[in-house]
Amino acid sequence: MSAILAQAGGDAMLGCEPAPADRGAFVDALDFIVSQRESISGGVCIGGPGELLDLGASHMLVSLVAVVAAIAIAVPAGLWLGHRGRGEFLAVSISNVGRAVPSLALLAFFIAFVGIGFTNVALVLTLLAIPPILTNTYVGVRQVDRESVDAARGVGMSEGQIVRRVELPLAIATIFSGIRTSAVAVVATATIAPLGNVQSLGNPILEPQTYGSAGQLGAAIVIALITLATDVGLGLVQRAATPKGLARTSYHTSERRKRLSTIPIPRRTQTP
Amino acid sequence: MKTSIRALLTLLAVLALAVGAAACGDDDDDGGAGGSEPASTESGGSEQGRLIQRDDANASKTFTVGSKNFAEQYILGEIYAQALEAAGFKVRKQLDLGSEQVAFKALRDGRIDAYPEYTGTALTSFYRVKTDDIPRDPQESFDQLAAELEKDNITAMPQTPFQNTFVITSTKETAEKLGNPKTLSEVAEKAGSEMSISGFPECRQRTDCLLGLRDVYDWTPKFVSSQGKFADLDEGQSDFTFGFGTDGELSLDKYVTYEDDKQLFPPYFVTFMVRDSGVEKLGESGRQVIEAVQEPLTEEVMQELNSRVTIDKQEPEKVAGDYLREAGFVK
Amino acid sequence: MSAGPLAQIQIRDRTGEGCVAENGFCPDWIAENLDKYWTPLLEHVYLTVVSVAIGFGIAFSLALLAHRRRWLTGPILGVTGALYTVPSIAAFFLLLPITGRGNTTAIVALVAYTLLILFRNITTGLRNVPPDAVDAARGMGMTPRQILWKVELPLAMPEILAGLRIALTTTIGLATLAFFAGGGGLGEQIYSEKAGTGGLFFKSNVVVAGSLAVALAAVSDLLVLAAQRLALPWRRTLRTA
Repeated sequence: MSAILAQAGGDAMLGCEPAPADRGAFVDALDFIVSQRESISGGVCIGGPGELLDLGASHMLVSLVAVVAAIAIAVPAGLWLGHRGRGEFLAVSISNVGRAVPSLALLAFFIAFVGIGFTNVALVLTLLAIPPILTNTYVGVRQVDRESVDAARGVGMSEGQIVRRVELPLAIATIFSGIRTSAVAVVATATIAPLGNVQSLGNPILEPQTYGSAGQLGAAIVIALITLATDVGLGLVQRAATPKGLARTSYHTSERRKRLSTIPIPRRTQTP
Repeated sequence: MKTSIRALLTLLAVLALAVGAAACGDDDDDGGAGGSEPASTESGGSEQGRLIQRDDANASKTFTVGSKNFAEQYILGEIYAQALEAAGFKVRKQLDLGSEQVAFKALRDGRIDAYPEYTGTALTSFYRVKTDDIPRDPQESFDQLAAELEKDNITAMPQTPFQNTFVITSTKETAEKLGNPKTLSEVAEKAGSEMSISGFPECRQRTDCLLGLRDVYDWTPKFVSSQGKFADLDEGQSDFTFGFGTDGELSLDKYVTYEDDKQLFPPYFVTFMVRDSGVEKLGESGRQVIEAVQEPLTEEVMQELNSRVTIDKQEPEKVAGDYLREAGFVK
Repeated sequence: MSAGPLAQIQIRDRTGEGCVAENGFCPDWIAENLDKYWTPLLEHVYLTVVSVAIGFGIAFSLALLAHRRRWLTGPILGVTGALYTVPSIAAFFLLLPITGRGNTTAIVALVAYTLLILFRNITTGLRNVPPDAVDAARGMGMTPRQILWKVELPLAMPEILAGLRIALTTTIGLATLAFFAGGGGLGEQIYSEKAGTGGLFFKSNVVVAGSLAVALAAVSDLLVLAAQRLALPWRRTLRTA
């Protein structure tokens, strides 16, 4: 914890000033983000970029682990099910209904049944992250041009090669869309990780007597920004990972091209 | 095609309206009648002097009672609300205000007339008094709070007999392992920094919580942040926990508490904080009702009421009603 | 202090045993207390349906707008996407100072969440309409408006309904958080002891409330699926999350 802890007794030893007086909700919140100050109940320095960075790092770590684990589980499963054409009910319907489970309740359930700590919190977040990725991977593979797959089979590719070289690249946009949805949901839910002994940017929100309204609002703003950044960042990664032949997933061209294209194997082409 | 879609949408719309009509408009509860069955007490009727008298002059006054959002607060809010109802007031309840910040704002803005708050919490949260600076004497701390509240045009009603301050708790097994210490000083000596203590996330940074253990008792256990409290003890997630004095679980025979011999924790008595406009509405009779109805609330009684909610899973509304009946305030 | 009142309040002797006292999974308790979930369930349905309905109305209008003026698609996606990425708990804190406590705040936040899903799906659906069909319709002499309502929208229905399914289930899960903004719904039963359902750490409670949410989602999912099969028997295309 980077917060400078008070030595017994003296305020003079604390490395920060008490919070400035109320100047309006959003002004106070922004002030909380940029400058360190003493907590409302005293004795500890809170706020400022240092602490927010610390909490943010912990927040993103547990989120990252969860999303990576979800990808590792859901993408292979979705690819396999989609390639075989089986399991639509599982991959789509059950996944969809799973979104209705309130994440807070799920976390509490887990904590009650399985226990607290980094592993357990990451596990819950992984469970939360799997449905969108699974659904999107499955659907993405199913939507690949049958002609492309047949042509690849005709050329002599094995089933595994078809999945890796034909279906996966063509489905990558859809898969990424699912990963983005999951990542956003995970980062959002990690807000309540402190209830499972994992520090995160949700700490100020859960600690009103220490952080006050300024801290709560400030943390909320930072969480919103980080979630936005996650989405945009993954969008950039998606762009980089999309094979050139498919260009951007533009609403004008890609779906139309897939439908009209008679060229089965993806290769570099001009975008019309 | 379109007719089917339109039909479905119409059906959904009708459903929504029906549900809306059924479920709408219950944000202001007009006060329930408390529980349904009479509680089984040994002593039969109530002492005549204690029964709350209905005063028709109060019928024209609407009084809004608020509370924060945990069991004890719900119970207290219900007790005050139902008592005032018995006295003839028209009572509205807003018992889910959230943290003290939200509740205090609601009080100052006039959305509620009163709510019960803890003296220690009020001083630190609203008036920026450092935890270390709060007088440990109950009367002094109350007077200090009352003086501050007066400046905000809020009156602090006399505080309750019980206080609900922090109390370090462990399982019996842990106590035995340490040789059955009685005071926190002894615990601090025997338990090293290898043992752990669990508490709500905020505890880690509060001088009346984890930091206090370090500063006053020179004890730095590992901190486990969770809401579990006693569940953590049961599941072995931590050796100790920051419990609260009136927690229902303490009435179970499973846990050991330790005396705060160095007075680390400030007083946390409850005072019903009332806006000046609310005080006017209450009048003398209303104030007497408030003071009378909280008189039997000792720590033991409050623990019992909390148990009924947290352990027996009863509704706070019913528990408050039963309490008022058992204590003889209503029939 | 008089000793009288103490004697009259029953201090029960609890040993902490028994399913309910130990916060376990207790079918008896569930059977007895199921009625405590009924009204909140209805409120929950109300919050969900209203939010998705309003969200659909807004998203549909935006989609039609972007259909005519393609350049609007990007910016609208950006704004709705930004709204979507603001996590719900944070959203309530941001909204509370403005819209106050109660169902309004909850509905505003929930509507904002549905916008991206619905807008994206409606737009994608319209874009995926085979150009041949539009050409044929034009060849038959239909006006752009007729083409839209008689050809493009019907052909876009699967995608639109898929978006509706996702919006409904997501909103059902999120609507539990309405409690923190002072609204109704199943949130109170899940998160607080006020409803007499034991709060967040009572396993029976969490299981019941979670199951109700899932059941609600399953029902809504099936309803939309049924509508889709009824209305569009010739199409069985999958759409994404």
